[in-house]
Amino acid sequence: MLDNWDWQLFCRDTLDESVVFSSCFGQDGEVSYLDWLFTAWGWTVSVALSALVIALLVGSIIGVLRTLPDNKGLVRFGNAWVELFRNIPLLVQIFLWYHVLPALIPAFKQFPPFILVVLALGLFTSARIAEQVRAGIQALPKGQRYAGMALGFTTPQYYRYVILPMAYRIIIPPLTSESMNIFKNSAVAFAVSIPELTQYAMQVGEETAKPIQVYLAVTVLYVMSALVINRIMATIEKRTRVPGFVAAGVGGGH
Amino acid sequence: MNLDFSIFSWGLVHDYILKGLYFSVTLTVLATLGGIFFGTLLALMRLSGKKWLDTPAAIYVNGMRSIPLVMVILWFFLIVPFIIGRPIGSEASAIITFIAFEAAYFSEIMRAGIQSIPRGQVFAGQALGMSYKQNMTLVILPQAFRNMLPVLLTQTIILFQDTSLVYAIGAYDMLKGFETAGKNFGRPVEMYLLAAVCYFVICFALSALVKRLHKKIAIIR
Repeated sequence: MLDNWDWQLFCRDTLDESVVFSSCFGQDGEVSYLDWLFTAWGWTVSVALSALVIALLVGSIIGVLRTLPDNKGLVRFGNAWVELFRNIPLLVQIFLWYHVLPALIPAFKQFPPFILVVLALGLFTSARIAEQVRAGIQALPKGQRYAGMALGFTTPQYYRYVILPMAYRIIIPPLTSESMNIFKNSAVAFAVSIPELTQYAMQVGEETAKPIQVYLAVTVLYVMSALVINRIMATIEKRTRVPGFVAAGVGGGH
Repeated sequence: MNLDFSIFSWGLVHDYILKGLYFSVTLTVLATLGGIFFGTLLALMRLSGKKWLDTPAAIYVNGMRSIPLVMVILWFFLIVPFIIGRPIGSEASAIITFIAFEAAYFSEIMRAGIQSIPRGQVFAGQALGMSYKQNMTLVILPQAFRNMLPVLLTQTIILFQDTSLVYAIGAYDMLKGFETAGKNFGRPVEMYLLAAVCYFVICFALSALVKRLHKKIAIIR
């Protein structure tokens, strides 16, 4: 398996493996394995980033609902949401969106698989982000809420101007790992017809009988994507730091 | 479309699902025990203060944590038979993968647990004349385990959910049991739905138990 390290495999034509492209990228409309690899990476990035947008939006709403004062109904709804999406494995949730919902609700049949997978991954992650948003809001001193009330703000106003700007800055570290997780979790889309990196690895690994090279390339792309996200989030964290409020919520032991 | 659960029977559960559930639970238990054992070793390596122990452990832990589990499953499925020199089944491969993968996650939990023990405990052990090994096994680790018990159990619930990913190498777990039943009886939609309900009930019950335990431990402290 290790005796013939044929790195040229990425330069080969996907249809006729004997053809080797000199530039490694396909010419005249032909597709090389390298082209295909980058397309697959594109799918992984698209799935992960779209799901991240949904997860942040829905997660923030649910997280806020769970901290509202004097509204037991909404708090319960938020808690139920988190329990529902947290206690079913992601792969099963993807099957639910992909196989079960279109069979039950005809409108879903028109949705392309990409949308279904993004919804599955986004809502799965929304439960985890909701948990962090809630924790971030509850980590703030109660006085901040009362200060907002004392200024005569309405509930939406003191959330918008006082609580949320503080809470989001506290939870940037866990949000960083969650956005890296979403890249890793997008791999689960291999189970349905999304031509992303993991599906590429399984398919091309089998087709070319050189899985090690293929897995290596795919793994490197996953790690690189996660690193880029990590750096972006670190920059955001630095830019938005509240003076005198560093490292709140990050317990350092005794 | 109307749902039709009439094919669901004890026979179906017995023939398809129990076998899968048995493997899911076995995998969870073995991966938790093995993961905690090797994870604790990795945590001790990282806290040893010796660079030649710390660096490899850190590379292993961070490497494992930055690759999707599905890719790790595929890697091991490819590499383990190559190292052992003979083909092994997808079930055995899954068990090895999960122990190796979870060790990385458990090691971070144990590292936090060990670091949560007040420094004075270490000094007290040393003052009693205990060796490093005695101090660790008799004083520090038991307390670290107790402090981290809820987190360890939460990780086990996540692990149980992640066992469904052995789908990638075709191992027969609970999800596969439901899927096979759905294919054989022509009712995949109902079976996927039931699989979701099953996972939900199991994980929800377990996390409720962990929550109660967490409260109990909080009171003791």
